[in-house]
Amino acid sequence: MSETGQGVQTAAPRRSLFETLEIDARLLGMLAAFAAVAIVFTIWTGGTFVGPRNVFNIAVQTVPVAIMACGMVFVIVARHIDLSVGSVLAMCSAVMAMSQAYWLPSLFGLEYGSPVILVCTMLIGFIVGTSIGALTGWLVGYQGIPSFIVTLGGLFVWRNLNWFTTNGQSVSLTDPNLLMFGGTEGVLGATASWIVGLVASAVAVLAILSSRRNKLRHGFVVKPVWAEGVMMALIVGVILFFVGWLSRYPIPEAKLKRMFEARGETMPEGYTAMHGLPISVLILILVAVVMTLVARKMRFGRYIFATGGNPDAAELSGINTRLLTVKIFALMGFLCALAGLIAQARLQSHGNDIGMLEELRVIAATVIGGTALAGGVGTIYGAVLGALIMQSLQSGMAMVGVDTPFQNIIVGLVLVLAVWVDILYRKRLGLTK
Amino acid sequence: MTGTARTPLVELRDISIAFGGIKAVDHVSIDLYPGEVVGLLGHNGAGKSTLIKCLSGAYRKDSGQILINGEAVEINNPRDARSLNIETIYQTLALADNLDASSNLFLGRELIANGLVDDARMEAETRKIMGRLNPNFRKFNVPVSALSGGQRQSVAIARAVYFNARILIMDEPTAALGPHETQMVAELIQELKAQGLGIFLIEHDIHNVMKLCDRASVMKNGRLVGTVDVNEVTDDDILGMIILGKKPAKAA
Repeated sequence: MSETGQGVQTAAPRRSLFETLEIDARLLGMLAAFAAVAIVFTIWTGGTFVGPRNVFNIAVQTVPVAIMACGMVFVIVARHIDLSVGSVLAMCSAVMAMSQAYWLPSLFGLEYGSPVILVCTMLIGFIVGTSIGALTGWLVGYQGIPSFIVTLGGLFVWRNLNWFTTNGQSVSLTDPNLLMFGGTEGVLGATASWIVGLVASAVAVLAILSSRRNKLRHGFVVKPVWAEGVMMALIVGVILFFVGWLSRYPIPEAKLKRMFEARGETMPEGYTAMHGLPISVLILILVAVVMTLVARKMRFGRYIFATGGNPDAAELSGINTRLLTVKIFALMGFLCALAGLIAQARLQSHGNDIGMLEELRVIAATVIGGTALAGGVGTIYGAVLGALIMQSLQSGMAMVGVDTPFQNIIVGLVLVLAVWVDILYRKRLGLTK
Repeated sequence: MTGTARTPLVELRDISIAFGGIKAVDHVSIDLYPGEVVGLLGHNGAGKSTLIKCLSGAYRKDSGQILINGEAVEINNPRDARSLNIETIYQTLALADNLDASSNLFLGRELIANGLVDDARMEAETRKIMGRLNPNFRKFNVPVSALSGGQRQSVAIARAVYFNARILIMDEPTAALGPHETQMVAELIQELKAQGLGIFLIEHDIHNVMKLCDRASVMKNGRLVGTVDVNEVTDDDILGMIILGKKPAKAA
């Protein structure tokens, strides 16, 4: 009965600030770690680290790993692993690069820069990625081969099929439309970024309000009004600050001139334009929001978590866990293709080594983000934050002149440290023995 | 109950299932009428759970027939069983430990609003049924791993009862419970029986069998020793069937 539940909750002892706000302690820990990284490097670099330019770069560099980490959350929550994501990314990237540079133009006689090339290339990439993922999922789900083995095999197979697809050559991205996924070549500009920011803020506020209304309708206890207000203010603040900050990063004058010349105009004197939100970051945010929605509010996500918590129980509840496995890996494959599209656009070419060792970064980001390898536990926002923390660390270290080997050593240590701290924390809370 | 002209709710005819040459269930036939509790007894490994899993869809029988209300049905997976209003409370409870009570209760049958899982309504429904089954239950927003054995059991029972089961399979429902909770389960069984459900009860405690069941089927080494009316035999007779695998003379 709802009355009983209410009675107990109101009688509960006074709760701490964060409990009232219903902020997860693990999220808080990650935010603290992220803040620590940011503060240390800001001081070390004399402020350059948090400058609009570097924030922009970190955001853009984080995107491919973060997108794949979103998919990896589902894979790991369902008690699987995917070691092949870097190679699948490369395979998709190879197919897309070849499509836009050779296959589509020669096969259909399409003109340079035709939007058909853009659409077809993306479609081909997504189909290849999703199919590879589905094949992996079929081998794991229906044939019972451990995912570790299937994807370890996939790591070799796709990496080298990628080599054959391009004959081992680098393919430069000739289609100008594809470059817009890369970052600096595809930005919204200040005005559009502000509009996106305001719309996103409105959506976030409405989502909080509607969830509150739904809870009230069933007579559940809700957060105090001030707590909801604080949460809304925090979320809106972060969104608008991020947008505002990126809208302060000007596009270099020489590049603006080139852009005007390309259109056959001359740049007016004193003209300036800001980068604003990169399209790739917008895609990441979209992926993260949709994946969070899937995880929390859709059957598919619910079943993934149930399967991770107790595969037998999921099976006995009538969930088709085999088909579920195929869907999880197919989704992972799709996200690899999306990440591939963005990665090659950022590098403006497809190289053989694209996505090399990326699988390990993706898994590291997912695990730093609080996803348990034992399955059943994990969050999308955690994985994105994990990817962001790793990228910030690397970017910061590169800025202050730490050698690459040392950067990797630090990232490796941070991975182990993050999991260790998490284990200690869970032990203290008595969540595990 | 037996010998009447009524159609049985469930008829398992000549069911066999083997695992790698070992006959776990060997040509067993049992039936169940509406408003009846049939106890399934036998040593560990006698084949009770395996037999019942053929009905709940967890296993697929090698041979034999399953009839529901006199009609032959195919049960190939748990979904088939659920669509025939067969609900099961497994010995392991089959709960996803990382999810909360309402997610478990509605697992595989979530309430949907606008294409999304309607958590608030599912929690409200869970509170309603738990208020009836176990009024002390309060932990609606924590993973079931944080619940006591009895609380977990009541979640599993609520899941079986909520969806208007006609046939209920209970695999040692009181094994993990204290005396008070055991009494609650006993009362629930009586109530469901009065509502006309048929219940298969796998139970080791002979006193519970004598108290709760109308008939008892005893299995040994995968074979059916026999089925007896509980009020026609003594508990010693049933124990004899379990241990010696022999049907008592007067009931034979």
